[in-house]
Amino acid sequence: MDLSSILSSKKQKIKNLALIKSRSKKCLRLLLKSKTGSIGLVITLTAIFVAVFAPLLAMHDPAATDALNRLKPPMWMENGSASYPLGTDNLGRDILSRIIFGSRVSLIVGFSAVLLAGALGLILGLLAGYYQGAIDWIIMRVVDSFLSIPSILFMLMIISILGPSLISLIGVIGLTRWVTYARMVRSETLSVKEREYVKSARAVGARDSRIIFTYVLPNVISSFIVVATLSVATTIILEASLSFLGLGVQPPDVSWGLMLSDGRSYLSTSWWIVTFPGVAITLTVLGIIFVGDWLRDILDPRMKKR
Amino acid sequence: MNYLIKNLVKSVPVLILITIIVFILVRITGNPVSLMLPETATHADRVALTKALGLNDPLYIQYFHYLRDLITGNFGTSFRYHESALPIVLERMPATITLAFAAMGIALLISIPLGILSAIKRNSILDVFITGASVLGKAMPNFWLGIMLILVFAEILNILPVSGSGTPLHLILPAITLGTGIAAQITRLVRSSMLEILNMDYIRTARSKGLVEFLVIYKHAFRNALIPVVTIIALQTPTLIGGTLVTEQIFAWPGLGQLLVESVNVRDMAVVQAATFIIAIFVILSNLLADVLYRYLDPRIKYQ
Repeated sequence: MDLSSILSSKKQKIKNLALIKSRSKKCLRLLLKSKTGSIGLVITLTAIFVAVFAPLLAMHDPAATDALNRLKPPMWMENGSASYPLGTDNLGRDILSRIIFGSRVSLIVGFSAVLLAGALGLILGLLAGYYQGAIDWIIMRVVDSFLSIPSILFMLMIISILGPSLISLIGVIGLTRWVTYARMVRSETLSVKEREYVKSARAVGARDSRIIFTYVLPNVISSFIVVATLSVATTIILEASLSFLGLGVQPPDVSWGLMLSDGRSYLSTSWWIVTFPGVAITLTVLGIIFVGDWLRDILDPRMKKR
Repeated sequence: MNYLIKNLVKSVPVLILITIIVFILVRITGNPVSLMLPETATHADRVALTKALGLNDPLYIQYFHYLRDLITGNFGTSFRYHESALPIVLERMPATITLAFAAMGIALLISIPLGILSAIKRNSILDVFITGASVLGKAMPNFWLGIMLILVFAEILNILPVSGSGTPLHLILPAITLGTGIAAQITRLVRSSMLEILNMDYIRTARSKGLVEFLVIYKHAFRNALIPVVTIIALQTPTLIGGTLVTEQIFAWPGLGQLLVESVNVRDMAVVQAATFIIAIFVILSNLLADVLYRYLDPRIKYQ
């Protein structure tokens, strides 16, 4: 490589960097313009902050029981105490501290299961859409069969084999949810593949791997990010449902779904045990949905909702 | 008729794949011999039973035997009920179907008027409120909604039963619980579908010829907006059945979902298998139905 080509490639890099900078500035401006987008981002970042710094934020050990302070109501009610702001459960454990620690499970499962499912779906969808033919047929039939069984049923079956734990929860959600991504990536790939620039890349003899990574992938990735973000939200609900059924995280670990199932038996006397974890789930999911909608508006103007 | 046959043929490999997936899952779950024999069984008993069950055969032969059993409706015997698995599953079906239909009914009752309203009054406060409510409906886990409904209507107001079944009153809370999430989704769809159609030329024509607004909305817009909605409703079957799993658990509703969760917990795999197949066939049929309905409602669609 001679000097001038090195220089020009460096210039190109600087140009790209400037482009990225100006684009991210534009994104930020658009975010501040979108009210729900900013609210969503604030909620999501707060949830992540709480999960990361849980040990510093929680006033109590989430598993510590206190026999003298069982079923204490929230602090603003009669008999409530300031050391248990949201009250305690049937074993005298602090609800607020448990919600704070519970955010860890929700976010870990939410993000890693989506990462696993997304990676699988992205690869298989690209393969199916790009090569078509037999690979496509096989992958799509597998997708169809997964879609014919409610995914929660699949999860029940696999967890009954693996035994409930955090890892099997992530694995099971990842292994059943990849189909959504595979279908979407495949159909996007099919349409991108027919565009002129892909055809001309092929005409000048570019290898398949090069076409996939430099031409197809960048065009597919924005819809992919939108769908992935929105499915972090659904995954958090799924995790809560599975933990609620006793098939997710096991005690002494804390999960919002588990708190709801613990509190059910005390519904008639202590409404706070089942109310606050549900509020936590709803708020977190709402925040992520807002961020996802906002990402859709900036990344994928075609999908923009009216 | 041609496309129906084509689609039916297309679902054959899907069904076969499902049998393979379930076969593998059931084989991994463990040796059925140890589940079937008492703890006092001798080694010779085990060997004999293993042979009798054909567990020494190569896997593909076992799979073919398994397929043969499936076709004759033999899903094995539930070790919990000591009965054939299929009748146990079929017996629970009516309760689940009742719940699913009631939930869908409630969902449509809520979502169609709200969706139309928010499309007509686009960007008004009402629209913002309805759209907001539908996002909230999506964000709320439906089992939590169920618990909250029990808290308010059964514990505090004491007007509806906490759980169980038998009277129409027992159906109300589970159906609302299950229907809300679906209502949220359909409201959004009705709204966007209506908005798209209200921009069409023939709507402008209808208005310019002086047609009453109600007729424009109902006859020209709504009927056409319904096409994607009908399809989505049929495609909601897996969501609906998945939802019954959790909802039935909360309200002690004696349906398929409750049976499944219990059976998974005690590893009664014969029942789990039978239920899985019944559900899969159900979903495949409703996908076919969605396709047929779509063509029937929109004659413009012609597949190659």
